[in-house]
Amino acid sequence: MAKRLLKPARAVGIIGYGAYVPRYRLPGSEVARVWEGGKGGGPVKEKAVAGLDEDVITMSIEAARNALARARIDPAELRAVWIGSESHPYAVKPSSTVVAEAIGAGPSIQAGDWEFACKAGTEALVAAIALIGSNMADYALAIGMDTAQGKPGGQLEYTAASGGAAYILGPAEQALAVFQGSYSYVTDTPDFWRRPEQRYPEHGQRFTGEPAYFKHITEAGRALMEEMGTTPADYAYAVFHQPNTRFPQRAGQLLGFSDEQVKPGLLAPVIGNTYAGASLVGLSAVLDAAKPGERILVVSYGSGAGSDAFDILVTERVTERQRLAPTTAEYIARRTEIDYATYARMRGKLEL
Amino acid sequence: MEVPRIWRLRKQRYALVGEVCPHCEVKIFPPRDVCPNCGGEAKTRFDFSGRGVVFSYTVMRDAPAGYEHNLPYTVALVKLEEGPVVTAQLTDLGEQPVEIGMPVEMVTRKIRDDGDERGMIVYGYKFRPICFHENSQPASQGQAD
Repeated sequence: MAKRLLKPARAVGIIGYGAYVPRYRLPGSEVARVWEGGKGGGPVKEKAVAGLDEDVITMSIEAARNALARARIDPAELRAVWIGSESHPYAVKPSSTVVAEAIGAGPSIQAGDWEFACKAGTEALVAAIALIGSNMADYALAIGMDTAQGKPGGQLEYTAASGGAAYILGPAEQALAVFQGSYSYVTDTPDFWRRPEQRYPEHGQRFTGEPAYFKHITEAGRALMEEMGTTPADYAYAVFHQPNTRFPQRAGQLLGFSDEQVKPGLLAPVIGNTYAGASLVGLSAVLDAAKPGERILVVSYGSGAGSDAFDILVTERVTERQRLAPTTAEYIARRTEIDYATYARMRGKLEL
Repeated sequence: MEVPRIWRLRKQRYALVGEVCPHCEVKIFPPRDVCPNCGGEAKTRFDFSGRGVVFSYTVMRDAPAGYEHNLPYTVALVKLEEGPVVTAQLTDLGEQPVEIGMPVEMVTRKIRDDGDERGMIVYGYKFRPICFHENSQPASQGQAD
C-alpha cells in the first residue's frame, strides 16, 4: 500500500501539556437509584461533572494555562489555538477565540473549533503536528475538551462526563515527548450522532461495539504498529478512547497489550467518558508518570467513525516539566460528590 | 450589560490584566491609566499572578438580574498578592467553609448568560481556594530551552 504513515518532514513533539477535570463527581449508584430502582452499578464507578459556571471554554482555558506552565513559552509565540469538542458553548462563534484571548495568545494565530465526535481533539492534534512539521509554525495548541450530554435515564447518563487536556506542540528538540508517527483510519459508520438543535445524541444500539469502536481502534493500532515495525512489547503504555471501563481494556487485549500497559491511562472508571477529552486526558495521566525513553501508543476513537493512532517517545525533558503544573491525578483527587438532583441542576436538566 | 462594554473589558476580565505605574511601581487593577498612588500616567501592561487572599466576603441569596443561575454564591473582596483588592465571586468551594485570610487563585469562568439562551455568554475572573501545592511558574517567567 502507498505511504499510510503520517510523519512530518520536521520532527514534532509535545513541549507542554495540561489536564483539566472539574471537581464534582456523580456516582453511578445515583443514576441507578433514580432510574433503575437502585439496581445495577453502571459501566463506571463515577463521572466528573462540570460546575454551574463551567463549559468547554473555561475548562480549555485552565488546561491551556497548565500546558503553558509546562511549555514555558510566551503564549504570543503560538500560531494556532484549536479546540476539539462536541459541546462547544456556541453553535456559531469559535471557542478558540475566547480561549486564545484569555491565555494571551494571538492575534497572529489560526483559531478554530474541530468536530469529529470523540476524536475531535486528536484531529486537532494531527493538524498541529502538520502545522509545525511543515515549518509553517513553531508552536501550536491543540485541545480536546467536552461537557458531554447524556439523556436522563439513558445508558450514556452513567458515563457522559466533563474534562479533557491541552497540548502545546513544538519542534522535537524542545519536546518532552516526540511523535514518531501517526495513522488515521476513518469510515462512514453510523454508530452515534446528534442532529442540530437536539440536546442529546442517539445511539445505533449494539452497533457501537464491534463494527464501530473495536474495528476502528484495532485497525488503527495495528496499522500504526505495522508501519512503525513495533509490537505491543515496545510500548510502556497504551491509551485508548474510553467510553467506559471495559471497552479500552478489551481493545488492549485485542491488540496484544497487557492490563498493566493500559491501566495508567485508563481514567474512565473514576471520571467517566470525557468524549473529545478522553484519550488526551488519559495521555496526560501517562505523561505525568512517564520516564525518559518510554514509548506510548495512543489510539482515539470518534463515532461516525474513525481513530487516530500515535506513537510517542518520551524524552529526558519530561521529568523537569511534570511538576510545573497540577497533575491529572491531583485533579481527580479534588473531588466533591453530588447527588442526582444537584447533577440535574448543574447540567441544565431542569426547565424553569 | 451591552456587548460593546463586555468586549472592551475582555482582557482584564479574562485574565486580570492590569497596569503598573512606571513612576512608583504600584500595581493597578482595574486599569485606569492614571496611578492612584502618585497621580502619574500609568499605561504599562501588567499581568497579575491571580493569587491572593480573601479580605472579606458575603453570601448572595438574592442576585441581581442575570446572576440567579448561580444562587446561592459567595462574593469576596480578594486582596491580590501584588496589592490591589478586587471584588469577585468565589467558586469551586465544595464543602469548604470560606474564611478571611484564605488563599485563593484566579480562574476564568462563566459569569452569566446575557438574557435568554440567545445572548452572548460572559466570561470573567472568579477565585477558588488554592487546591494544588505551589509548583507552577507563570509562563511569562520561563525560558524555552
